[in-house]
Amino acid sequence: MAFQFPKAFRSMTKWSLECLLTVRFLVFFLCCPPVAIAAAGTDAPQEIDSARPALVRIGYLEQEVDDLIPLSRLKVKPDDLGIAGAEIALKDNNTTGKFTNQQFTLEISRVPVAGDAVAALRKLVETGHHFVLVDAPADVLLRLSDSVKGEPVLLFNISAPEVSLRQEDCRANVLHTAPDIAMLADALAQYLIWKKWRRWFVAKGTSPADKEYMEAIRRSAKRFGATIVEERSYKTAPGARRSDTGQQLIQLQMPVFTQGAPSHDVLLVADRREIFGPYLPYRTWDPRPVVGTAGLQAMSWHPAHEQWGATQMQNRFQRFAHRFMLPLDHQAWIAIRAIGEAASRTGSGAYDPINDYIRGDALELAAFKGQKVTFRKWDGQLRQPIIIAGPELPVSTSPQEGFLHEHQEVDTLGIDAPESKCSFDEGLSQSVKGE
Amino acid sequence: MALKRAVACVAALAFGWAGVPVHAYTVYVSNEKGNSLTVIDSETLQVLTTIPVGQRPRGIMLSRDDKTVLICASDSNTVQVLDVATREILAELPSGPDPELLNIHPSGSPIYVANEDDSLLTVIDLDTEEVLKEIVVGVEPEGVGVSPDGKTVVVTSETTNMAHFIDTETYEITDNVLVGTRPRFSEFTADGKQVWVTSELAGTVSVIDADTRKIIKIIEFEIPGVQEIYVQPVGVRVTEDRSKAFVALGPANHVAVIDAKTFDVMDYLLVGKRVWQLAFTPDQKLLFATNGNSNDVSVIVVPDLTVTKSIPTGTAPWGVTVSAE
Repeated sequence: MAFQFPKAFRSMTKWSLECLLTVRFLVFFLCCPPVAIAAAGTDAPQEIDSARPALVRIGYLEQEVDDLIPLSRLKVKPDDLGIAGAEIALKDNNTTGKFTNQQFTLEISRVPVAGDAVAALRKLVETGHHFVLVDAPADVLLRLSDSVKGEPVLLFNISAPEVSLRQEDCRANVLHTAPDIAMLADALAQYLIWKKWRRWFVAKGTSPADKEYMEAIRRSAKRFGATIVEERSYKTAPGARRSDTGQQLIQLQMPVFTQGAPSHDVLLVADRREIFGPYLPYRTWDPRPVVGTAGLQAMSWHPAHEQWGATQMQNRFQRFAHRFMLPLDHQAWIAIRAIGEAASRTGSGAYDPINDYIRGDALELAAFKGQKVTFRKWDGQLRQPIIIAGPELPVSTSPQEGFLHEHQEVDTLGIDAPESKCSFDEGLSQSVKGE
Repeated sequence: MALKRAVACVAALAFGWAGVPVHAYTVYVSNEKGNSLTVIDSETLQVLTTIPVGQRPRGIMLSRDDKTVLICASDSNTVQVLDVATREILAELPSGPDPELLNIHPSGSPIYVANEDDSLLTVIDLDTEEVLKEIVVGVEPEGVGVSPDGKTVVVTSETTNMAHFIDTETYEITDNVLVGTRPRFSEFTADGKQVWVTSELAGTVSVIDADTRKIIKIIEFEIPGVQEIYVQPVGVRVTEDRSKAFVALGPANHVAVIDAKTFDVMDYLLVGKRVWQLAFTPDQKLLFATNGNSNDVSVIVVPDLTVTKSIPTGTAPWGVTVSAE
């Protein structure tokens, strides 16, 4: 019963969520002394004085998208996915802020499907939000980034996993707390190699998203010495996600689809939209583990991750949000913690010192990953260990022992500096120092 | 590594750790996953018994009279009081959720318990078993140091990255010192002049002047062949004469020895895997180190700076405390 939400969440109505939102905004306005609102420009110094806390305004922009209904009811997306992670990080920052005389606020802007995300970002920036978390597809993220080019605005990509955003389409004003697909593929591949499961039979979807995932998988296989014995495409067009008699049909379809493959250790599924992947475990022709986008998966966070002090994070989150903490929540949490950490270390509420500190060498964040996490200088990607997990429990954390790197073993995950295609353009890169 | 340890063991047997008079003390080790305490005789270095306790025992400490062991049973949300004579649980104190480490006032009461989940330091009267005060501190408090004069408690908070100095009379936070990332443990020197704070993810130890409350030294570590990211200091102990300090370096699998006068690192002693906490015998001749991932404690002979033995424990040993009895 993976990802089963506690009763309190399952019965949470839209009404109560709206209440939460209302409370959130009330708190926001109550927390803003009028003086601070007047000093919204970044040029206005926000030095800490004993009377008035330094104010750091953080924006959160979500571009809503039309998602397919998940095959499993357990995977229904919580309405406050990501947002709850941001909110608890804000609480953490403000707990620390009591001691440093700093105050953090969070303004959430949710852009409906086909809404104008650029206008929403403009509004956030105009109201003094120069650090903005973005939960949006890659193309929207790029539009947002370009719309504030040259301005004192730092965006945190908390959700888009596309490798291109860290490569040819990298932007100096974007840092990525979401792991990219290359990191996830490498993390999974290292575990499979550690298990000596080197022969992979691939079942792949046909969407562009799946093609990109397969590029990362092929790269990982080559890097770490696995063999893809066959790539088989699943071409059946997706139909209704729910039906009364679907199960009997699937029980017949999946074995046939996976029949006659060359000898293999695992079935690796590349189906990011979850058209057929979740149907594969326990239904394959050969009795083999299912890994990839179904079965054993790589992720930044798992609701049952309890290593390295994560238990207390999970407990705090569940008490706060009345549901389990999911990867996007952690990706939002760490972005806001980066801002908070930079603010407390610099003793400032102003954009420049915080931005410089986040991009500098001194920033190190505790993320319940067993080691400090930091941003890679060459592409703005958060370097972090990746959890390998089944539906109920984490199985391992990559990098795996024995995958060596001259500087940091965690940089064996994803695109390393020498192979990076990212170059930040001149005007914005002065604070992005090469390593 | 195994070879080196074996050599150390053989050497110890051959030379019988000459010149180190050892009294029989009793060593208590909390087994985080074993839900038990392993009890060890410090002279024979044999396991005497294993006592089942609450869920996920971590920080443990003998009461000042050595009659009870106080156990942070994190998943049972209580501090248990274990009678060392009868080896029975006498009481379960209202610690609040997820207690991790505690410390005791020099007078024997109250005790100070860090509640990681709740950003609180809970003060409990050991005689009446009542909560005297809950003090709001930073996010995820953990290490608790008490000054020898009992006037100051220093709590570290792991996500806020501060050492909070608290006045034990007024329960007010008087100073906040920003330290390296994820501070886990704080220890006053016996003369009360310094507070040593370990920062797990920064890989450093901050030495704070207890009067000015300023950091006077940040100690860094460099172990040949170990990547910097795995140097994760947790437990720290300073000898009473403030000549040496020992720091458990977590997954670096070493205990650092520091000249506590110059703050220079003198040596790195190879111990077991994932070394958490340290405790001296009362005569300060031996130091016990808990190795969470190899299920043993390493025994360090303090005058010689050698590791003489590893003693098997329950699963995932974490805390350690030594009785004079």
